[in-house]
Amino acid sequence: MNLMLTGLNKIGNDFIVRSNAAAHRILVCAGTGCLVNGSLKVYEAFVKAIRDSGLNAIVELKKEEEGIFVSRTGCQGFCQIGPLVTILPEGIFYTGVKPLDVGEIVEKTIRNGDVVERLLYVEPDSQAVCRTKEEIPFYRRQHRFVLANCGTIDPEDINEYIAAGGYKEAVRAYLEMTPEEICELIFASGLRGRGGGGFPAGRKWDIARREVNEKKYVICNGDEGDPGAFMDMGIMEGNPHSVIEGMIVAARAIEADEGYIYVRAEYPLAVKRLRKAIDDAYRVGLLGKNLFGSNHSFNLNIMEGAGAFVCGEETALIASIEGKRGMPSPKPPFPSVSGLWGKPTIINNVETLSQVPLVLKVGPDGYRKVGTKDSPGTKTFALTGHVANSGLIEMPFGATLREIIYGVAGGMTSDTGKAVNDGFKAVQIGGPSGGCLTRDHLDLPIDFDSLKTVGAMVGSGGLVVMNKNTCMVSVARFFMQFTQHESCGKCVLCREGTKQMLSLLDDIIEGRATMETLDLLKDLAGAVQKGSLCGLGKTAPNPVLSTMKHFRDEYIAHVSDKRCPTGKCKALVKLIVDEELCKGCTLCAAKCPAGAISGEKGKPHRIDDKTCRKCYICVEACKFKAIKGE
Amino acid sequence: METIRKFERVFEIIDQNQRSAARLIPILQAVQAEYRYLPEEILAFVATSLGISPASVFGVATFYSLFTLKPKGKYLIRVCNGTACHVKGSMGLYGAIVKKLELKDGEDSTSDMLFTVETVNCLGACGLSPAMVVNDEVYGQLTPQRVSDIIDEIVLREAHNESDAHGA
Amino acid sequence: MNGALVFIDNKEIPIENEQNLLELIRKARIDLPTFCYHSELSIYGACRLCMVHVEGMGLVPACSTPPAPEMKVSTNTGEIRKMRKIIVELLLANHSQNCPTCQKSTTCQLQALAKRLGITKVRFKNQLKEMPADESSPSIVRDPNKCVLCGDCVRICSEVQSVGAIDFAYRGAQTVVIPSFGKALDQVECVNCGQCARICPTGALTPKSEVDEVWKAIHDPSKVVVAQVAPAVRVAIGEMFGLPPGTTTAGQIAAALKAIGFDKIYDTSFTADLTVLEESNEFIKRVTAGDRIPQFTSCCPAWVKFVEQYYPEFLNHLSSCRSPQQMFGALAKEMLASELKVNREDIVVVSIMPCTAKKFEAKRPEFESDGVRDVDQVLTTQELGRMIEEAGLHFKELGPESFHMPFGFKTGAGVIFGNSGGVSEAVLRYVSEKLTGQKHDAYEFTSVRGEEGIREAKLSVAGKEFTLAVVSGLGNARKVLENIQSGKVHYDLVEVMACPGGCIGGAGQPVFSDPLVKRQRTKGLYESDRMLELHKSQDNPYITELYDTFLGDVGGHKAHELLHTSYSSRKRILDEDLDISSGAEKSIDISVCFGTSCFLKGSQKLLRDILEHINVKGLDDRVNVRASFCFEKCDKGPTIKIGSRIIEGCTTEKAIEAIKREGLNLP
Ligand SMILES: Cc1cc2nc3c(=O)[nH]c(=O)nc-3n(C[C@H](O)[C@H](O)[C@H](O)COP(=O)(O)O)c2cc1C
Ligand code: SF4
Ligand code: SF4
Ligand code: SF4
Ligand code: SF4
Ligand code: FES
Ligand code: FES
Repeated sequence: MNLMLTGLNKIGNDFIVRSNAAAHRILVCAGTGCLVNGSLKVYEAFVKAIRDSGLNAIVELKKEEEGIFVSRTGCQGFCQIGPLVTILPEGIFYTGVKPLDVGEIVEKTIRNGDVVERLLYVEPDSQAVCRTKEEIPFYRRQHRFVLANCGTIDPEDINEYIAAGGYKEAVRAYLEMTPEEICELIFASGLRGRGGGGFPAGRKWDIARREVNEKKYVICNGDEGDPGAFMDMGIMEGNPHSVIEGMIVAARAIEADEGYIYVRAEYPLAVKRLRKAIDDAYRVGLLGKNLFGSNHSFNLNIMEGAGAFVCGEETALIASIEGKRGMPSPKPPFPSVSGLWGKPTIINNVETLSQVPLVLKVGPDGYRKVGTKDSPGTKTFALTGHVANSGLIEMPFGATLREIIYGVAGGMTSDTGKAVNDGFKAVQIGGPSGGCLTRDHLDLPIDFDSLKTVGAMVGSGGLVVMNKNTCMVSVARFFMQFTQHESCGKCVLCREGTKQMLSLLDDIIEGRATMETLDLLKDLAGAVQKGSLCGLGKTAPNPVLSTMKHFRDEYIAHVSDKRCPTGKCKALVKLIVDEELCKGCTLCAAKCPAGAISGEKGKPHRIDDKTCRKCYICVEACKFKAIKGE
Repeated sequence: METIRKFERVFEIIDQNQRSAARLIPILQAVQAEYRYLPEEILAFVATSLGISPASVFGVATFYSLFTLKPKGKYLIRVCNGTACHVKGSMGLYGAIVKKLELKDGEDSTSDMLFTVETVNCLGACGLSPAMVVNDEVYGQLTPQRVSDIIDEIVLREAHNESDAHGA
Repeated sequence: MNGALVFIDNKEIPIENEQNLLELIRKARIDLPTFCYHSELSIYGACRLCMVHVEGMGLVPACSTPPAPEMKVSTNTGEIRKMRKIIVELLLANHSQNCPTCQKSTTCQLQALAKRLGITKVRFKNQLKEMPADESSPSIVRDPNKCVLCGDCVRICSEVQSVGAIDFAYRGAQTVVIPSFGKALDQVECVNCGQCARICPTGALTPKSEVDEVWKAIHDPSKVVVAQVAPAVRVAIGEMFGLPPGTTTAGQIAAALKAIGFDKIYDTSFTADLTVLEESNEFIKRVTAGDRIPQFTSCCPAWVKFVEQYYPEFLNHLSSCRSPQQMFGALAKEMLASELKVNREDIVVVSIMPCTAKKFEAKRPEFESDGVRDVDQVLTTQELGRMIEEAGLHFKELGPESFHMPFGFKTGAGVIFGNSGGVSEAVLRYVSEKLTGQKHDAYEFTSVRGEEGIREAKLSVAGKEFTLAVVSGLGNARKVLENIQSGKVHYDLVEVMACPGGCIGGAGQPVFSDPLVKRQRTKGLYESDRMLELHKSQDNPYITELYDTFLGDVGGHKAHELLHTSYSSRKRILDEDLDISSGAEKSIDISVCFGTSCFLKGSQKLLRDILEHINVKGLDDRVNVRASFCFEKCDKGPTIKIGSRIIEGCTTEKAIEAIKREGLNLP
């Protein structure tokens, strides 16, 4: 065994010895979600309580010999019920913990080994009380592979990552494998890019490896701009070292000596933890010159985005690192041939890279045990919408929507969050570039290729579940508004096309459309899809096209009957005065800016639908709630 | 003296970034952290120092939504309108804030420059939607009432600081 | 790969070095529409008009797809035609709707394409948010309402001219092409070369028109309107009337100008001959003395502004000669008044130029005396063409007429000024005889001719070795200057023309897109030279006479007064100073330069010391202190400005001294 491995083992063993010495470990979730819910205060309360308790426990990790230690972890996915606290070794899992609860937990659980019942998770359906994480269906039904360490280790402690076996694969990649072997191994594992396209990582690496150039780059794409996706954030905050290790392996595979992690600007915590992780990795000798005694070096930089979704697109991202406007450029040349500063560059998604050490660890065959033949492994999703449980989840490829919605997510809810039985209408998968899936697709095994066949895509992994009350035209409009806003403006079809599509959708929603509008929308969407320069434009029409395909009736109702089946499109609602409730106070008539309301004082009023502008001012004005949609 | 201190800080920022045009975005980020916006003459200065055209610096500064060429309020409220928050009614929150701050059409800052409101896509707090950030602090599971309270708290705190300052 | 075949619409086309499918398709004589592709610019891929279908690949942009053997390409499938229409409709739905009144009408590519694709109706709502047009520049009008954001102008300004005066700003549907901070074009570093307007496919950037003012002068009976026609005009204007590029039409131009109502028609080539004498003598003097070598030519105003802005340290290397246009203006105003017996202010000098920068040059304060400008109006070739159209003249059928004397007589040397390399060659024709004291029959110096943007020639004249550089395109000029500065190269004479290929490719010339056009115009000028009787400026009898009767010696006192000028450094963008401390109303301004070079030379300490001094002396109320960004006197930094005085190589002591001198040393 070489020096470096020995060193790593020592760091790991030291850590294990220290943490074993502690009677208890208290893990307080410090993901963005739980932080918002006040988990930092909970953490501080624990630190203080332990110190005050006279338990002779020391909180700082380094002096952990005697007692108990409290750590912050990354997001555990179930932010909705946070702040989350886990007590080890028992694995007791408390939810919704407030600083005031801390004293009780210390007293009961730490001192006496009892459980604070009221802080345990209760399964809404069966009312079953869950003592540990593993008992909760939300977790039980997932397959946490990349997320396994998120929420159990302290992301700000490199020692703990090393203790969990971390960085061994990086060392192995440098000392025991050739670049070619690494590429082959990754290729054999079938690992596909998690950033949206699903391109085989091994193939991408091999192209860059074959390029002869003294300078090459590895870039980790942590831009994650999809509104409603935060998987990459979860990984960067919860397990930053796994990303760094993946990058070290990638660098070795293509013989690059410099790397960048491009992080979305709205993720300050991820930036902070990555910075710390990188500093620590340099300190331990995992980054820098003459890695592991070889003559290779690898330097890693962080670049913070400045607020542009399109910078997730790889050529735009490169432009951004070069200090330019983040406008994509035509491919070819592909970045693996000519990327950052014209040098061969591989760009991979955060999740892709954090899978890499795991792939090396379990080997191609081991990796292929999970998932489908052409999409091996697992995928994280950001689950939101009208479901009981939302959050960050990880499922094997091939899982079905039914498993996700009714298993992990705990079923459908109404608009107000109440559980409903038969509420499912559709799922929007893949964010603004994805498409919608309907009841017909509930049992479709989800993977890269199956989704493409039905006009959707894995995309970034956003998964929005929608109930029967959702207007699909409005959903399409929401995403169109997003892409329109985020278009970089370079190419005509996307810049002007998304603007016109949005305006056509507005026509539909506001009752100005005819059947020709639908045809024009479809033609335009087709042209934008086929002709745009980059993926943003190419996929922008997907939500429109897929809702038009699966919910054509709904579009037609808006267009020819001027009616929104869910009553969500305000402009199409006919406002009427309930004669029973109306007291004839004349307030509404006075406030109506269009002069559409008439009536005598003391008598029920009347709204003329032709003049009504649907501003809803009257609805708000009426003290007797007499004005409503027909 | 404050002006010159800030200005000297700009030199420092440019030097720390090796006077390299490739570091334009980090430089602008740091300048904005110092001034809270990007003053035109500083951008012109940055361009000259990096040896690139002012038009291209202006182009970069206006491309990214986090850069601002106008001074913003002391408290920057960014309401998340990501998918999850949108579904949970974020635009209603936004409306409530606009109303509360009595902003007119097209305005995003209060006249006393205490507040600026904007929307943002996904803060990564979807589990707690609807969410917003005020400067660096994230708030989740908001209602129009809660938002109104948060604003009141800030106003109160500011008024307090103000009177403290005067008292001293 | 060369020689391999690609099938384009079922026709076999061999690959011969083409880098992309578009070039190959055009070689197959299929006119694929494009807005954003130009062989001289980087590939941008934004207009999406070049989409073609490739078997096995689907729709791809031809401009950024490399050809591969056996590719099967279709350029006109139903899908492609539908997409093109949608693209043009989308553009029109975000476009100003005053096509008929647009400068570019009939030469606009958007208009042409709409017609070609048979678009009779735009199915989308017009969503243009009208923005004001920028007419501040003397040379260019920028109308953002007509911009299709193809980026051609942005790339030519930065990639070819290395100026970068305009760039994209904002994002998505808000994107505009605009000078820095949305300033007016005349407030920024634009050198007025007009290359952006030349390449712009629409009416978003156009040369500024002075046609109305010229008509007005013509209609004014009290004015004598005098025209001077630049060399490059004669080989290009015919294109507007269906003649092939390069056809020389000097006679028709003279006829047209007379018909339009110009009183006198002269030739700028005459003053080009004059320039040759003055500039050559300056050159001989300077080379002999080893003084300020290399000498740079100065007849291109865009180049001159470029040096003033970016390389003030080279200003004294510029030849002090005025450009032929301005020599003409000065002479005309000085001599014609008495000759034609009219008041000086009633002579209106109108230049016909291939150039937009000449409009700027004519307005420079250096070129007026007693408030009367030497050159009153500058028309581009295009504008003259439009006047000819308006006057209803059948240009092609006009019988040639001659220019008026004496300023209508020229030699071939004055004519080739319109080509890149022309000035150098003309100078060589003079210098070679002057230095050897012998007459030569051969007059062509083909070694300085060519199409490359940077050409070098070594010549030996009278036993002396000369190295010349002939440069066109300001980006190339920048390269050459950097190389000179770093000592990598040495030249004696450097000719610079801002426009690639020289004035024949100027922005005032008729709109063209085929690079072949430039080649033919160049050829046209060299042919004109050959057709003329005389080829050397020193042989021009009227020039000799001019010196004898009016100017005196070459380079003499009178010549200096009328034919030479001086230059000063110039800020790139105006109004970007940073207020550090401001006093009361009538205070004195102190600006400290914080340009890169001055900063390195210590302006930061200087500023601190000045502030300290002001503070100690309690002068806060009486001065405004500013940090200014570059007085462009970088070689002599740190530079400060107190009141109106610029102090170079400033120290704390000098600054305090100067402050005192402003009467500010009260206790
Ligand atoms: C508009 C747009 C946005 C994108 N955003 C992201 C992103 O946020 N994160 C990401 O990893 N990939 C994103 N991608 C995909 C990247 O271009 C690229 O394909 C990916 O980073 C490659 O990594 P992978 O092979 O590991 O998936 C985006 C693509 C487009 C067109
Ligand atoms: S498709 Fe949209 S985002 Fe992509 S280059 Fe074109 S305009 Fe920009
Ligand atoms: S005229 Fe020349 S310098 Fe000015 S913007 Fe156009 S290309 Fe640039
Ligand atoms: S101004 Fe003209 S050349 Fe420039 S981007 Fe607009 S249309 Fe293109
Ligand atoms: S090269 Fe000629 S046409 Fe071009 S700017 Fe200079 S003088 Fe004008
Ligand atoms: S959608 Fe608002 S935090 Fe994610
Ligand atoms: S020429 Fe290919 S996209 Fe414009």
